[in-house]
Amino acid sequence: MLSRVAERIYWMARYLERAENTARLINVNSNLLLDLPKGVTPGWMPLIEIMGDKEVFHELYNDANERNIIRFLASEPKNSSSISMSLYLARENARTLRDIIPSECWEAINDLHDFVKQHLPNGLSRKNRFTFFQDIIGQIQKVTGILEGTMLRDSGYHFLRIGTYLERADMTSRILDVRSGNLLANDAGDLPPFEHIQWISVLSSLSAYHSFRQEIRGIIRSASVLHFLLRSELFPRSFAHCVNEVRNCLRDLPHSKKLQEIAGHLCESLESVELTEVKDQSLYLLIDQLQIELAQLHNAIAKDYFSIERKNVAAH
Amino acid sequence: MPIKWKDYQTQDFYDELIRPSGRARKSAQKLCHYLSKLSDEDLQERKTASDLSIKSMGITFTVYTEEEGSIDRAWPFDPVPRIIAKSEWDEIDKGLRQRVQALNHFINDLYHDQKIIKEGILPEELLKDSKNFRPQCIGVNPPYAVWAHICGSDLVRDKDGKMYVLEDNLRVPSGVSYMLENRHVMKRVFPEVFDDYNILPVNEYPLQLYETLASLSPRKIAEPQIVVLTPGIYNSAYFEHSYLAQQIGAELVEGIDMIVGEDDCVYMKTIEGLTRVDVIYRRIDDDFLDPEAFNPESVLGVPGLMRAWKKGKVALANAPGAGVADDKVIYAFVPKMIQYYLNEEAILPNVPTYVCFYKEDRDYVLENIDKLVIKPANESGGYGMLIGPQANKTEREKFKRLIRRDPRNYIAQPMLTLSTTPTLIGNNVEPRHLDLRPFILSGNKTFVTTGGLTRVALRKGSTVVNSSQGGGSKDTWIVDLEDK
Repeated sequence: MLSRVAERIYWMARYLERAENTARLINVNSNLLLDLPKGVTPGWMPLIEIMGDKEVFHELYNDANERNIIRFLASEPKNSSSISMSLYLARENARTLRDIIPSECWEAINDLHDFVKQHLPNGLSRKNRFTFFQDIIGQIQKVTGILEGTMLRDSGYHFLRIGTYLERADMTSRILDVRSGNLLANDAGDLPPFEHIQWISVLSSLSAYHSFRQEIRGIIRSASVLHFLLRSELFPRSFAHCVNEVRNCLRDLPHSKKLQEIAGHLCESLESVELTEVKDQSLYLLIDQLQIELAQLHNAIAKDYFSIERKNVAAH
Repeated sequence: MPIKWKDYQTQDFYDELIRPSGRARKSAQKLCHYLSKLSDEDLQERKTASDLSIKSMGITFTVYTEEEGSIDRAWPFDPVPRIIAKSEWDEIDKGLRQRVQALNHFINDLYHDQKIIKEGILPEELLKDSKNFRPQCIGVNPPYAVWAHICGSDLVRDKDGKMYVLEDNLRVPSGVSYMLENRHVMKRVFPEVFDDYNILPVNEYPLQLYETLASLSPRKIAEPQIVVLTPGIYNSAYFEHSYLAQQIGAELVEGIDMIVGEDDCVYMKTIEGLTRVDVIYRRIDDDFLDPEAFNPESVLGVPGLMRAWKKGKVALANAPGAGVADDKVIYAFVPKMIQYYLNEEAILPNVPTYVCFYKEDRDYVLENIDKLVIKPANESGGYGMLIGPQANKTEREKFKRLIRRDPRNYIAQPMLTLSTTPTLIGNNVEPRHLDLRPFILSGNKTFVTTGGLTRVALRKGSTVVNSSQGGGSKDTWIVDLEDK
């Protein structure tokens, strides 16, 4: 498989996953804010922090109000992670893959791009936005469903999955990083108010509430949520599950021994911290470490598969 | 109301299916009978079905517009096929083989001894000013001395019923994917007509293309690495590039996917590392192939590609420099080439052509510009042309000045009256003008497509068959009438 093709499949998958995650994040936050009393509400800024775009946002907007933040996340052309830009980039990548991906998939991505373009002007109002983002999520799931159901299980499929799972692991760790900060007990052991509702919201941002409830009964405690989202082998959006999937895909790709080791090390780091009495500081350190290693894994994959240079001539 | 064949007008033109008397030609009788039995609903249903299958099969061409960027459009398909009797086609087939053989001799001669010039058949000045003559190619020896591996020649039928060659496309001719897909669509939509006819299949082309390309491989291995080199997704023929790559099991690559190693071999960048490439079916023009040899600004090509090709480490199809015979002035000399290299008479006639380089021809053209079509030597797709009878005085005077200033760059031809064929317009058939582009493959063997791509001008009275200007296409049937 051509390096360029592998790279484009990888990025198509990442952008699709990113758009889906962002849409879900906005809807879950809207929902959370309706439940919390005014004084307690974390507002919208955490979403910008999750996406890691604080500086870009402040360059573009003076006021960090709900309207601006949603616009920035949903449609801002200068934000390459906004939903409309992610979908545009997914489509540009898909366009060059038309001999690789099934034609229904290309049509679905194309339709999705048109749908967003057409509905953006009205879709962001408070009245319409829940349905709008829900529709986007549904259409992305249709695309991933088509790919899952029809794509040849060759290297291309592995790159698709690597892209999806790396993006997903990244988002899970970002959400935990920002969200759990004000939800963990402080050093004095005091719990923040409405802890319960907020943890449910964190779970919902990752479509995890339902699955969590099937696995863990009783009171929702920070340790059990963190454990579930970071280490569950069974939940498809947990960090551990994502990294394991990437590792499995790497096994089927050529010359991947070193890359498998990097992914393996990531799994070890994940196990390195005791989660039962986690304090905010230790969690931050853990998540920082996971993020650094995730970036290293991406860089190593890009170097080994996407940017083949002349020096490799002798090797093959 | 079913189709009203009685109202079908064939006067003034040669019609492919209908005689001047209004009766169907022998090869078209069963088809016309079948179509006249269909009700309006039947017809519309078939038309809709054919449009749908074109859409779902993703048969498109790409148009670039400012507002929308690059968009894919379905290419209009007319469900009434164009029929040619096998007995006539066999002659055309022979004529095409002869023509391409002579053209390949000619190109090879130009890049070696230039005997045809030394013996006074082609004036040296014509070659010197040819835009597509590539001095970089002098002395190169491609396999089998073949330069134009894939040729698309445009044929038109004049009022006299005779087929003429209008031009030869030896650079990167396109359209063959539509020929293949049109047959698929017809088989889906009108399966019952195929029972009545012995229609020769067209689908051997991808195999023949593969065989032709594989025969050029410098490494004699069982499965040489063949790639299709495309300028990318914004090219109007991108659909075809990806279609053909898929059909022949080749990798679809862009320039950035390949490098030339220090061993002068060409490699493509894959997830396995670098993989050697044996044959490149290139769909980009000479100018953009190699920034080291041609246009230094090109980002579509591969630096060092010419070096690799000259050393015989990789095959390029078509070979660089093959476009020299695309030149419309050179075209005028093809019958002489056939005589010179093959010692035969041309089986397929050229359209009579006045070469403005010659004083006698030039004087005639300047005198009779209102009756002639004037074409520049190196443009394709109808650019920079003057249609004398339709032009106004200012335009004619402008072209006279252009011809006087640069006579070498212009030829003139009499206005042809292109033949027509019944085409579905609403619920009836009307005559529309058409041409035919067969494809000729040359490697260790020669193959000619069965028929080719029929392009039809869908606008009434128009003779412009180009897809970007209201043209469409039809399935082309070569039918064997003797067998059944």
